[in-house]
Amino acid sequence: MAASKQVNLVVNGQRVSGSAEPRTLLSYFIREELGLTGTHIGCIVGRCGACSVMLNGRVVKSCMVLAQQAEGAELLTIEGLTEGSKLHPIQEAFWENHGLQCGYCTPGMILATYDLLKNNPRPTEEEIREGVSGNLCMCTGYVNIVKSVKAAASKMAPSGKKATPSRSRR
Amino acid sequence: MIPRSFELHSPETVAEALEILEEKPEAKVLAGGQSLIPMMKLRLFSPPDVVDIGRIPGLSYIRKGKGRLHIGAMTIHNDVALSPLVRRFCGPLAEATSVVADQQVRNRGTIGGTACHADPAGDTPAALLALDAEFVATGKGGERVVGAKDFFKDMFTTDLKREELLTEVRVPFLPPGSGGTYVKFVKAKSDFAIVGVASSIALKSGACADVRIGLAGVGPTPIRPTRAEQVLEGKKPRDDLIEEAGARASAASSPFSDLRGDAAYKREMVKVIVERAVRLSLERA
Repeated sequence: MAASKQVNLVVNGQRVSGSAEPRTLLSYFIREELGLTGTHIGCIVGRCGACSVMLNGRVVKSCMVLAQQAEGAELLTIEGLTEGSKLHPIQEAFWENHGLQCGYCTPGMILATYDLLKNNPRPTEEEIREGVSGNLCMCTGYVNIVKSVKAAASKMAPSGKKATPSRSRR
Repeated sequence: MIPRSFELHSPETVAEALEILEEKPEAKVLAGGQSLIPMMKLRLFSPPDVVDIGRIPGLSYIRKGKGRLHIGAMTIHNDVALSPLVRRFCGPLAEATSVVADQQVRNRGTIGGTACHADPAGDTPAALLALDAEFVATGKGGERVVGAKDFFKDMFTTDLKREELLTEVRVPFLPPGSGGTYVKFVKAKSDFAIVGVASSIALKSGACADVRIGLAGVGPTPIRPTRAEQVLEGKKPRDDLIEEAGARASAASSPFSDLRGDAAYKREMVKVIVERAVRLSLERA
């Protein structure tokens, strides 16, 4: 067995470290070493997106990254979106529009939405569907999820204007 | 779903990486890891040594050179897909890259990694083949440049030698007045292509010029159906010629049956998707 190594990184604004073997996936490291169980593990083969997190400002599937690759990185997980007990507007929008459904895919959906809206604050419905296409809901479907993303875009839009179609990305 | 145990090497220069590749004959290079890590988790592949080149600075860039773009091997798909330079000079490459898997994979997967992985169903390799890209293989003795038609040798097999590292991909500009696209025929958005078609055509006094077609997902490698290109080259576009191009591309394909469809169905879809890609390219030319 290859030796474990200390991995140092910034998670949700705080410096943390933990130990990881070369083969330790970032998803397991987040849950088991850092104790942040908001990041869900679904398929483990990179298809479902439940384990999505923001790594250095971009959404990635944490089961497709080795923990040791995250040395020195900045990570944002679902826990980092709330400010104290105040939900992030995306979380509020999912709550208000029944976007959670069974809730398993939700942390990943929300992080994918976070990445989408960061780069495209006013996505069209097609862009929303494209944006969350790396995240699978296995229980209910995407209607309320898409509705939630639209609502989140409206909440977050400067001056609260209604979302209008735009093709600009990043 | 955890890989077998391995040693992880994290070189900080290309020279260091080449050193490790020479010392460890079974080492595998890890770029973005969006194919390698899942393969290792499924234990389809268990290299004893993995060389993570993600810590080597200076391998992620898109630069305009003389008549071509220079793209660093570690440039992620997302940056290629959204690059104004790639969109302007090598449109089908931007389009093919923009439909690779999903946003998460495009944020991590790299142009060099996808080229070296050489998955025959990959979107980017088909576009790189159609655009006559060149691959810069760096070894201890220096650099060697390999053209796309010699680079993709077989399924998951390239011309890259075990002790070499792909450091750059060079993509010639398409001629002015070219229209191009990448049409991906899929069952679900984030899936691999059943058939993917990269194409580009320039119109010169109403006639097709510099016709380029690349096929994904329908053979052991990406395919360049040159006989299909020739049927259009120099001719004014007509329905019967476009249909003939589709038929010839289909004849050049050698798909295998799998969960995405049987071989006969895929061959039929090559016709349909090539026609669609050619028409869209002409509209944009």
